[in-house]
Amino acid sequence: MTIKPAIELRGISKSFGPVEANKDITIRVMPGTIHGIIGENGAGKSTLMSILYGFYRADSGEIFVDGKKISIPDSQAAIGVGIGMVFQHFKLVENFTVLENIVLGAESGALLSPSLNKARAELAALASEYELNVDPDSIIEDIGVGMQQRIEILKALYRKANILILDEPTGVLTPAEADQLFRILKRLREEGKTIILITHKLREIMDITDTVSVMRQGEMTATLETNETSPENLAELMVGRKVLLRVDKTPAKPKNPVLEIEDLNMFDDFGVQRLKNVNLSVRAGEILGIAGVAGNGQSELLEVLGGYQKADGTVKVKGSEIDLTTSVNGDGQARRAQGIAHVPEDRQREGLIMDFMAWENSVFGYHREKSNQANRFFMDNNAIRRETEGKMHRFDVRPPNPKLTAKNFSGGNQQKIVLAREIERDPDLLLVGQPTRGVDIGAIEFIHQQIVALRDRGKAILLISVELDEILSLSDKIAVMFDGKIMGERLPSETNEKELGLLMAGVAEQVAQ
Amino acid sequence: MIDFLTLLQVLDSSLRLATPLLLVCLAGLFSERAGIFDIGLEGKLLAAAFVSAAFAAITGSVWMGLLAGIFASILLSLLHGLASITLRGDQIISGVAINFLAAGLTVVAAQDLFGQGGRTPPLKSGGRFEPLSFPWASSSKEMSEAGPLMQLYSELLSGHSLLVYVALLTVPLSWFVLYKTRFGLRLRAVGENPAAVDTAGISVVGLRYAAVVIGGILCGIAGAYIATSLQANFTKDMSAGRGFIALAALIFAKWRPWYALAACLLFGFFFAVDNRFQNILLPAWSLSCILGVISIALLSYVWRKDYLDKVVLGGLALGVAVIAFMVVNSVWTTGITSQVKIPVVFIQSLPYVLTVVVLAGFVGRAIPPKAGGQPYVKER
Repeated sequence: MTIKPAIELRGISKSFGPVEANKDITIRVMPGTIHGIIGENGAGKSTLMSILYGFYRADSGEIFVDGKKISIPDSQAAIGVGIGMVFQHFKLVENFTVLENIVLGAESGALLSPSLNKARAELAALASEYELNVDPDSIIEDIGVGMQQRIEILKALYRKANILILDEPTGVLTPAEADQLFRILKRLREEGKTIILITHKLREIMDITDTVSVMRQGEMTATLETNETSPENLAELMVGRKVLLRVDKTPAKPKNPVLEIEDLNMFDDFGVQRLKNVNLSVRAGEILGIAGVAGNGQSELLEVLGGYQKADGTVKVKGSEIDLTTSVNGDGQARRAQGIAHVPEDRQREGLIMDFMAWENSVFGYHREKSNQANRFFMDNNAIRRETEGKMHRFDVRPPNPKLTAKNFSGGNQQKIVLAREIERDPDLLLVGQPTRGVDIGAIEFIHQQIVALRDRGKAILLISVELDEILSLSDKIAVMFDGKIMGERLPSETNEKELGLLMAGVAEQVAQ
Repeated sequence: MIDFLTLLQVLDSSLRLATPLLLVCLAGLFSERAGIFDIGLEGKLLAAAFVSAAFAAITGSVWMGLLAGIFASILLSLLHGLASITLRGDQIISGVAINFLAAGLTVVAAQDLFGQGGRTPPLKSGGRFEPLSFPWASSSKEMSEAGPLMQLYSELLSGHSLLVYVALLTVPLSWFVLYKTRFGLRLRAVGENPAAVDTAGISVVGLRYAAVVIGGILCGIAGAYIATSLQANFTKDMSAGRGFIALAALIFAKWRPWYALAACLLFGFFFAVDNRFQNILLPAWSLSCILGVISIALLSYVWRKDYLDKVVLGGLALGVAVIAFMVVNSVWTTGITSQVKIPVVFIQSLPYVLTVVVLAGFVGRAIPPKAGGQPYVKER
């Protein structure tokens, strides 16, 4: 007897307006396996799984669960056939308790307390069965992301899910938390659950999946047994050409310190201390990478240095002190004058104005410079447009049309526009936050090359990223932040993911110095 | 200075004046807890007041008036829902439009129907909600001879229209629905994170419409109350900003039913004071003390603030301090026993001043429902 696939999709297509997110996708997932779906951002992975979960409806195609053809018009139907999904952005109500989140939508009656009591009992059973311990009465906003993810998994299990879809589950986790998640997933597989893991990280696919499907531009390009493939092979299938997975760079030749930070402290509007006695220095011709789980003060550090948050302490750029006290707003200008360029973490909110054209975006922050003025009153728009077009060619922005609005470029190309604007001014110090977040592999390679090239021209670079791989491959020196503090500095050649992961989790004592 | 019976009478009138605020505030609470901002409360209140007064006048039955008022208010709620839930429009604009619509349409319709200059004719008994007298309650004539407990019972608890008691019962009911039922859990969830509700397989649109309709019912009752109980006819703009004050009370109450009761009673108290005491004579020294305390409080609050706030609020504090100084000066010249007459306009402005103070955030952080004001669109 042949085993029927737990999930079979045949000929699924889905368009959003003119964009074909999924083109005639066929995929089979066997029960009791972990099946990876890998592809670049915008390849259509999440769309496909959202269709399976009833979040979107396919334009055409058939869905089979356990060999039976079914239709999934909404999420309730998907839950009904035992499909559960853990979204990339958790779907939790932040000011509810764990228990309330778990019963939401799966209550047993019109009154709440019987549902909550039932859930409490069942949660205890699930916790012991799968080693998923949570405190049912804690409030979601008080607990960490790793724990929140467990609650999402428990939510699915509480709804009797046999098939669990996880969309980019490790994006927000420390390496240790990711390991823990993978242990949980393996445990679930042992219990006979089927797991679909969506990711763009090759390493995760190699570590945990049994089979892997590769998607590119809305199409399914291959389905392979994981142990018969290699990361290089998968990367080529994802991008459609050979890509360099490691950053190609020569050893750094650092010179004098450019950025010196001494005893930097910062409190946010609610009086919470976000930076605690930060001491750092970056030398010319050096990339200092700051690793850490998102929300541990890295963003605040960038905001202070970029000039839009107040702080206490001393920050010197090329020996001259910068003013940290009066910058409520508008001091980005002063920072630029001191040779600091800033590629913000969130390009769509801080780096660009999404409804403005590329040429307008490429001049922001530098629009008062002489070279951009036609005369005393007007800007030289034609010159700016010509200049922008040149930049777009040099930074491989596609399409290289300066009159296109920012929102019409893909994430990678938007990032290249910001990067071109900041790098082409030849700053002494470049602050870069999450340079490759939401950027596809091909563009990542290019962006990394540009950052290294700037370093090789003898500039100082402060890199902040939550991607540990990126920190390890780009940095000449690594500092780890946890809870607003610098936990330690390491050289990339003398450390490893495990050690950095412990530092990122705030465990300093156990790390032998 | 003020005897017990006077105090009771002020509190009694506070309760009556707080009733429409409370109903409208709870209407806003349901709507906003589900993520739909409702600036149009005022308009719904006004429309319901007109429709209920008109129906009560035509049919002679207050119950028909009440039902018609609720119906009218639900219709406007559905309009708001159509614009902001189904068509995903701007909730503020839709609400403002409803306010304009109601302000104009009520007067035009009243004029067309009754030809009395935009009012409805006075309601006779049967067309109004009469005060309910509790058993053994003293009548107003024998009130001054009754004991304090009897006065409390007869004056404050007894003698209100049915709708006042309905409004008071709505508070525990709302609390129960919001916090003890499945519907309440989902309603609160949809105002915080509609995606969580959607992925759980529940209709975001359905829940939001339900919340908006509940708001419509409550506004309808409030409108009927002001036109058939508090007053005995509809007059132009008779809602008098109650919808907006209820919104301020809602923020003051941090979107919680019991707090809403407290906030609305406080606002009601201010209105009652304004009704009761036309001109208040205060000893000048106590007035200068009060003003001094206010200016010091303002200044100490301002101290922690940013530049702009310092200028604006600091200026305000300085102004208050100058007035206090002037009063002190007049005490100096006229003697310690001199009295100052507080003009009636100051008292009348108190509820509105309180509204501004509440909205300016003097009462601690109020965290609105996180998804409030945003139409729900499935993310890509």
